[in-house]
Amino acid sequence: MDELFDQFDIWSAFGQTIYLAFFSALGALILGTVLAVMRVGPVGIFNRAGAAYVNLVRNTPLTLIVTFCLLALHYQLKINLAPATSSTSIVDNGVRWAIVGLIVYHAAFVCEALRSGINTVPPGQAEAARSIGLGFGQSLRYVVLPQAFRGAIAPLASVLIALIKNTTVAYAIGVAETAAFMRDALEFRPDLSLMIFLLVAGFFVLLTMPLGILLTNLSQRMAVKR
Amino acid sequence: MAQPLVVLQDVNKHFGDLHVLKSIDLSVDKGEVVIVIGPSGSGKSTMCRTINRLETIESGTITIDGKPLPEEGKDLAQLRADVGMVFQSFNLFAHKTILDNVTLGPIKVRKKSKSQAEKDAMALLERVGVQEQAHKYPAQLSGGQQQRVAIARSLAMEPKVMLFDEPTSALDPEMINEVLDVMVGLAKDGMTMIVITHEMGFARKAANRVVFMDDGQIVEQATPQEFFTNPRSARAKDFLAKILTH
Ligand SMILES: Nc1ncnc2c1ncn2[C@@H]1O[C@H](COP(=O)(O)OP(=O)(O)O)[C@@H](O)[C@H]1O
Ligand SMILES: [Mg+2]
Repeated sequence: MDELFDQFDIWSAFGQTIYLAFFSALGALILGTVLAVMRVGPVGIFNRAGAAYVNLVRNTPLTLIVTFCLLALHYQLKINLAPATSSTSIVDNGVRWAIVGLIVYHAAFVCEALRSGINTVPPGQAEAARSIGLGFGQSLRYVVLPQAFRGAIAPLASVLIALIKNTTVAYAIGVAETAAFMRDALEFRPDLSLMIFLLVAGFFVLLTMPLGILLTNLSQRMAVKR
Repeated sequence: MAQPLVVLQDVNKHFGDLHVLKSIDLSVDKGEVVIVIGPSGSGKSTMCRTINRLETIESGTITIDGKPLPEEGKDLAQLRADVGMVFQSFNLFAHKTILDNVTLGPIKVRKKSKSQAEKDAMALLERVGVQEQAHKYPAQLSGGQQQRVAIARSLAMEPKVMLFDEPTSALDPEMINEVLDVMVGLAKDGMTMIVITHEMGFARKAANRVVFMDDGQIVEQATPQEFFTNPRSARAKDFLAKILTH
């Protein structure tokens, strides 16, 4: 084990995974909420745009989305997410485009998780909100979404756990995260492959399991009593 | 001199092929208490819900205090703030305390300060007899208590008119009176009310007029006394015979 840690920069690989997961989750929650509001809102064109986005993205492999981001948007269309002049431009662009890809993909699942949360809110809640004079946005903000979020915690937990594990596709575009470490380690130390697999699996379990337990617990405590 | 506050003229609405409101004309004066009665499915709820535009209409006009109902946006929200609505299933905001249920509208719509809104809300909760429950959540209250909170929540907006859609029909029998008592109190205080209910006791005590609906039409309007003792239409007679045997 010590040999592995000496030979490879495992901590920075783990750190990179956590970094990817954190910012992707944040972005996916925000974009997913916007999409969910579009899908349940009163404007037909937004409904359709939201639905089209979800159906397109959800049915596209994540690897394709992430490689598309770097190869098509960055290399071909020359969109830079880090100053081209900086010495870490290549690495930064890789990480940032990976985050963009992860956000774009998981936002669709966040949107659907939120919609299932919104479906736990009886229509009478929104009617009561409107009938005291709250506008559409206010009804969502003060009445429907707070309840929808509570109902969405459990499905959102599944999305977050999937997202954490899916950060490993960033390795396809050369980001030095945990899966990239695994590939290198397996290549150079095949004698330790069992340990390498266990280490990586242990890391992900350590990351996802407490989150799962925490969120399940939270969803039970926050459940709206009806 | 009483003046009409709510006026429906030649209002029509369909749900698909179903003609639910057939050329409805109804005028309710300031301070008047009108009971709407009729068989299930006759369109009572739909008519009520068109008055604050929870349902849209296809033709005809509805005016409140002389102004036609706005189609959407801020004006519509403003109108709804002036029209209180009490639902059969209470619809209290499940994630908010009783106090927060009552203060939400005054703070967000009427732009009252939190402290003023809470002071006013406590007075209203006391008026409907649930001040002890102010910091509980709706699910912790009995149905009768929840419905009284729902009334307080509407009153907090200082509405011009209040609509009640079968406010007691989801309640256990022993809780019906506590809600009706609050409503009788409101009627005595001069609130304009449109109430869908089959509670004849309430109609006799508080109503100025009974409107009988059947099959999407207003078939008959009369004072409660007249209507219950001497209905004119065959359909009203038939309906009363059915509910009186229960
Ligand atoms: N949202 C809706 N969609 C389709 N049909 C509806 C809807 N709401 C009510 N209806 C139908 O319209 C008719 C009138 O309903 P309603 O106004 O609720 O009657 P009431 O309150 O007198 O029982 C019923 O036949 C009902 O099934
Ligand atoms: Mg009804």
